[in-house]
Amino acid sequence: MCLAYMMNYFPEEVLEHVFDFLASHRDRNAVSLVCQSWYRVERFSREKVFIGNCYAIIPERVIARFPRVRSLTLKGKPHFADFNLVPSDWGGFVLPWIEAMARSGVNLEELRLKRMVVSDESLELLARSFPNLRSLVLVSCEGFTTDGLAAIASNCSVTPLGELAIGDADAMVGLILVLAMITPKVALTLFLMELDLQENEVEDCRGQWLSCFPDSCTSLVSLNFACLKGEVNLAALERLVARNHNLRSLRLNHAVPLDALQKILMQAPQLVDLGTGSYVHDPDSDTYNKLKSAVQKCTSIRSLSGFLEDVAPRCLPAIYPICLNLTSLNLSYASLIHSSELIKLIHHCSQLQRLWILDCIGDKGLGVVASTCKELQELRVFPSDIYGVGSAVVTEEGLVAISAGCPKLNSILYFCQQMTNAALITVAKNCPNFIRFRLCTLNPTIPDPVTMQPLDEGFGAIVQSCKGLKRLSLSGLLTDQVFLYIGMYAEQLEMLSVAFAGNSDKGMLYVLNGCKKLKKLEIRDSPFGNVALLADVGKYETMRSLWMSSCEVTLGACKTLAKKMPRLNVEVINENDLIDASSDDRQKVEKMYLYRTLVGPREDAPEFVWTL
Amino acid sequence: MLVIELVLGCNRALSGGNSLKILRLMSPPLMGVEGGGQGNVSCMASSASMDSVSQKGLGLKERNYLGLSDCSSVDSSTVSSLSEENKINLNLKATELRLGLPGSQSPERDPEPNLLSSGKLDEKLWFPLIPSKDGICSSVQKVVVSGNKRGYSDTIDGLPEMKGSMFIEGNWMFNAAVTDSETQKSAGQAKFSGNAGMNVMLPSGLSGTQTTTMKDGPTKASQERAHATNGTSHNKVNSSNNNASPPAAKAQVVGWPPIRAYRKNTLATSSKNNDEVDGKPGPGALFVKVSMDGAPYLRKVDLRSYSTYQELSSALEKMFSCFTIGQCGSQGAPGREMLSESKLRDLLHGSEYVLTYEDKDGDWMLVGDVPWETRWSLLFPAACATWDALRFHYTSGSKPVSRAAGLGSNSKFFDACARNLSELGP
Repeated sequence: MCLAYMMNYFPEEVLEHVFDFLASHRDRNAVSLVCQSWYRVERFSREKVFIGNCYAIIPERVIARFPRVRSLTLKGKPHFADFNLVPSDWGGFVLPWIEAMARSGVNLEELRLKRMVVSDESLELLARSFPNLRSLVLVSCEGFTTDGLAAIASNCSVTPLGELAIGDADAMVGLILVLAMITPKVALTLFLMELDLQENEVEDCRGQWLSCFPDSCTSLVSLNFACLKGEVNLAALERLVARNHNLRSLRLNHAVPLDALQKILMQAPQLVDLGTGSYVHDPDSDTYNKLKSAVQKCTSIRSLSGFLEDVAPRCLPAIYPICLNLTSLNLSYASLIHSSELIKLIHHCSQLQRLWILDCIGDKGLGVVASTCKELQELRVFPSDIYGVGSAVVTEEGLVAISAGCPKLNSILYFCQQMTNAALITVAKNCPNFIRFRLCTLNPTIPDPVTMQPLDEGFGAIVQSCKGLKRLSLSGLLTDQVFLYIGMYAEQLEMLSVAFAGNSDKGMLYVLNGCKKLKKLEIRDSPFGNVALLADVGKYETMRSLWMSSCEVTLGACKTLAKKMPRLNVEVINENDLIDASSDDRQKVEKMYLYRTLVGPREDAPEFVWTL
Repeated sequence: MLVIELVLGCNRALSGGNSLKILRLMSPPLMGVEGGGQGNVSCMASSASMDSVSQKGLGLKERNYLGLSDCSSVDSSTVSSLSEENKINLNLKATELRLGLPGSQSPERDPEPNLLSSGKLDEKLWFPLIPSKDGICSSVQKVVVSGNKRGYSDTIDGLPEMKGSMFIEGNWMFNAAVTDSETQKSAGQAKFSGNAGMNVMLPSGLSGTQTTTMKDGPTKASQERAHATNGTSHNKVNSSNNNASPPAAKAQVVGWPPIRAYRKNTLATSSKNNDEVDGKPGPGALFVKVSMDGAPYLRKVDLRSYSTYQELSSALEKMFSCFTIGQCGSQGAPGREMLSESKLRDLLHGSEYVLTYEDKDGDWMLVGDVPWETRWSLLFPAACATWDALRFHYTSGSKPVSRAAGLGSNSKFFDACARNLSELGP
């Protein structure tokens, strides 16, 4: 308090310098609330802005508040859009944002978008309007084609692009960390450095966009186009790699064959993050031998992903020499590697901190991970066969083994066939450091197969023991009891995903009452109704959003809520015209999405979205 | 004997995704030769995996996660009595035509054949409660009459057991088990029962006709359970679900399991542009993943790039001969007889193997019986959403009918897991 008082007498330059050390948005938000002077200083010094919901505010307001913004992160559609629960034309357009920034003369250097609709027009405007753009990261976005990418690439001549990335959100975090470590500051200010395309649905018009990078483009640090489906111009790619000596992160798509990979690696032994494309070759061939020697020189590789196509098993040993260096391994798209090959590979990867893998590794393979990867912090196990032959699966055994063997584990996403309370309790004891715990049983309502009991006690143990838990996804048979535990213990919880769980309104009420830091709550197919929805309407202003689909909420309750809370947008998604607007309010709402906003109902909503 | 099936058909057929699944044909001798343990588990999706699940469950119980006091209450006697109880209830339910989850019975599976007694066959015909792997083949009647089709099983005269055997549709997702109300203390479990009842296993023949979306299922179940009082309305829930219009399969739940659409598409269609024409993805590519028992990897082939059956055969031969050369030396474990390249070639060229696929009725059909030109249009109509399973088995017997006796002794099965890469249709 005293310090704050004294700081009022500091010149603003000093304050600004002090604020520079506040990295998190939350801290900066807090600082800006202290007094007018701090507000002003913070306002003019904030360069990185994060907007968790692009409809919570209008771009003009953001620019007015933070006129010196250089880096903008925007999120669009609700999280459940990932699983096709949100109609594709729901909204989430980035164009108004780019237009507004272009009009206001914002000096944008970095744009990160997640779950947004990005048209080619937006990309072209982006390329034209922001000469200092150096980083573009698109995660789970849609609506653009390679033509838009070509626009970005060709503007490198005028405006040096540094990073171009298209891809998955969580991968994004890791990538940024890597880049932060490796990017020379000088280069950052000079050239476009990052293009990161992660898990986007991209229309592939032509494979020539890579050749649109001008010869003068030598600043590229990160290039990720693993999600592009089309062919690429291999010669252009090789030239691009050859002249970008600062390239640290390169993720190729499946169209880049092994012999091209070999040539690229010869050119770029400095790579830190490599995503291979296809990985098929005759292990006795000359190319393969060359690849082996090229890989051996890539001693700086720390992150490996890819193997998007067939993987010839006897070609995998080529990467063994670099495995010991790896801290991150993503084989979650390598659906054709047999578990025995996976296990052999894992044996070489003792330094892994992050592992994404398919469940064909099996419980046995996870046991090997547990005994090999003592540094593991993040594990994701994806289903290899989403419709499920069930030939290769993981169960609670694998999870228990991991928790026993990897004490540093703090983040897990685990798709499995079954889970037991006993296993979850053991996991909770072994790994109290979980920040993210997402468990998904493929059958969403499966009970503990040993006791036939719901998994309440197991998840209860997780929330009780993991004090720092911020994100939790539930699955399996669950009653209201689990929500009682969550409300009681999960004090730091920010995001909760619920599906097919609970018995009554009480369940949801426990969560709303208990989890003070909850930002996002998403619920589907659970028997929560109007009572739960309307019990504490003020709560929603402290949260970013609430999604409820296939629950017991009625149209009338949504109207009541919207009336009471003018600063909430209550959207009813009436996708198949199931609800008749004129008739009675007792109709159930199939999908409801509510979020706090400063701007009122959005104008770009399609017809089937009613903002009440 | 032979065969086990698992068809995930119901699910997949309804799922709307054009994914084609892998199924395998098994024979005990083969399993012996091939180191069947592995094959067994991996091949029999439904029954086998459930079985193993339950075994695992028991194993865990015995181990009790040492030191975990929380589960100490579950001792083996409890479990066995529980099983006993379950069994009784299950039988009751069977007589009620109650539908249940496959695999649930595994833990308490009655070693005596009474569960498979003829008295209950009728129910099982349509609602196979007990996809026990020993029971299915021998006792369950062929559900789907193949009519004038010549199915794979029809052709195997040498294996009487095969005749009249059926492929049971098991809904693997529901290996959870039928819980009985007596062991349920909470309404949550009543809910589960609701789901259980909902996930009726349909004979594959019906799968194509089933059009309800899964969305109705859970909603219905949740409505049911909203009214249900703790556990007591169990039967009501079940019966009402029985009455409910076409039961839906879980896999059809939109958005479950929660896998990003991008990931789903990518895993299903990892390389659709291989068939590019003029830079545009061609409409015609149809990739299937082909696996060979014991081989450590799968290969993907584009069925449309072959113009004849022979071409496909020799392409597969080439793919796997590489494997057999490599593996024979390095992995020649005793009892794990690998085909040498030459042998494989002999077998293939000598037509010792036939390629089969499973049609939508769950019958195994000979690929060679369908004129190649019409095959893909038949199998994969543009709007196909219900083609669930295409599988290839190389099995011995140039003419399956006459050579079937050789099946199992030295035959090598190639299994193909086929995925119809969804967007490939025109």
